[in-house]
Amino acid sequence: MVLVFIETRDGKIKKSSFEALGEAARRAADLGLAAGAVLVGPADAGLDGELFARGAAKVFRLESPALGAYSAQGYALALKGLVDEVKPLAVFLSATAMGEDLAPRLAAKLDAGMVSDCTRTAVEGGSLVYTRPIFAGKALATLKLASRPEIATLRPNVFAPAGPRAGAAGESVTKAAAVPEAAVGGRVTEVLKDAGDEIDVGEAEVIISGGRGLKGPEAFGLLREAAALLPRAAVGASRSAVDSGWIGHSHQVGQTGKTVSPNLYIAVGISGAIQHLAGMSASKVIVAINKDPEAPIFKVADYGIVGDLFQVMPALTAELKKLIAD
Amino acid sequence: MEIIVFVKRVPDTESKIRVNPETRSVVEEGLNFIISPFDEFALEEALRLREAKTGKVTVLSVGPDEASVILKKCLAMGADEAVLVKDDARETYDGLRTAKLIAAAVKARFPKPDLLLFGKQSVGADNAQVPAMVAELLGLPQANVAVKLEIEGSKAVVRREIEGAAEKVELALPAVVSAQKGLNEPRYETLKGIMAAKKKVIPVVTPAELGFAGDALGPRVEIVKIETPAARQAGKIVPGAPEEAARTLVGLLRSEAKVI
Repeated sequence: MVLVFIETRDGKIKKSSFEALGEAARRAADLGLAAGAVLVGPADAGLDGELFARGAAKVFRLESPALGAYSAQGYALALKGLVDEVKPLAVFLSATAMGEDLAPRLAAKLDAGMVSDCTRTAVEGGSLVYTRPIFAGKALATLKLASRPEIATLRPNVFAPAGPRAGAAGESVTKAAAVPEAAVGGRVTEVLKDAGDEIDVGEAEVIISGGRGLKGPEAFGLLREAAALLPRAAVGASRSAVDSGWIGHSHQVGQTGKTVSPNLYIAVGISGAIQHLAGMSASKVIVAINKDPEAPIFKVADYGIVGDLFQVMPALTAELKKLIAD
Repeated sequence: MEIIVFVKRVPDTESKIRVNPETRSVVEEGLNFIISPFDEFALEEALRLREAKTGKVTVLSVGPDEASVILKKCLAMGADEAVLVKDDARETYDGLRTAKLIAAAVKARFPKPDLLLFGKQSVGADNAQVPAMVAELLGLPQANVAVKLEIEGSKAVVRREIEGAAEKVELALPAVVSAQKGLNEPRYETLKGIMAAKKKVIPVVTPAELGFAGDALGPRVEIVKIETPAARQAGKIVPGAPEEAARTLVGLLRSEAKVI
């Protein structure tokens, strides 16, 4: 079996978990295995049906009073119990804040090898192989794991979810997880929502990023206005914009920020330093808006507009509004 | 407080990366090496905590002899002591291997640490595995990707980044925390610090001295291939005045690229 850790936020399954489940189901099929989904802690009963429809043959629910709020220690202990019993070939998690926190803890607990932030998986010679960017995408490593289980985190917004299969059914199994309160030395006590509940650049399908050309924090308003018109869109930034204090560091794309793979990346007033290009070159479609026709960003862009962003961005927003009105 | 900070020697983020497909590794020749940027946030936080609460800050690196250069820099920034766990292995991408070396070194040399600080990931391998693995191997609680850290008596209160929000995590000390950009603004080394660092001796520990023999550290990760991604081709420049260019672009994104 290929097990997938399913992450929920506000009671709903995250899109990245459906993506990981889709990839697990495809690789499991290649290997003649089934995909299983794991929900840890309290979760709505209706979620099982969604998971069956999206590729899971089995849904495991791990329950314990100690699994109320997320803790890496508690969740890893619960998952180890299931892994010891089911003996999966691999466990997939999303490379999200939670997945990246939990997966290495689980791998160490199981003495298992782990691959982080995969952007491709395949079966070659009967084994799973994982490809992942290194140096924020300046190079790619293809790796194999010599352990059972294998642990991998999958980058959000790269893999296609499966299905949905209408009328899909499967088996639901609820297990009491042995997680003593004393085994949990740290836990989340509060979730602090930022203003506006923005989509994170790591998960966004569209990113509109600003750089030094914005000349100050105010012009990020032009980018936010355009981003607000598109579904699952986020505002990103170059390192120089972040280091100038124009926008929070969580928006930074590049080698010391986030490495992203959205469907559409619009670089506004970004010249294209090597460490920025590394972080966004895996985007499916890149648009560059810059007044300098020699800017390196144009060398990686599918579409470019050479012009003043302070004129182009309002025009672009107006065109997007027209498109939506149609 | 006894604080240990873990630092890694990595290629400068401005570096062009070349790979050698035959050795399945990154070509190190000609690269400029630095302390991994996220590790600097970890060290700065340790120094601030020591200044506020007294104690000792030790930096530890797993790597070749050349890693003593970044350890000297940490001493010059203000760390009290440094230790090198000498490991000549080429990058394995196996976080668990490094975590085992670190956990063994902590057990051997630091029987009662209060806080273990890491960068959230090393730039380069970009694994983000080692902090949580060390926490697990030592049975300690963890908070990764910290943008705020406060010590309140026997616990650490951490604000950590999650998608579009932040989590407050409370940890019983001793604990493992990994640093994200935004935690603080790292200081520069001072001339006085550089002079003092020159006189300090950095003890070297080998894996054998930590009890690893034979293939106890045999990697669980096999490198099949290291390659550079296919270069993107420059596309088309959309001509015209801003309004016209914007109109054409939206049309292309809609009908040609099909991304909006």
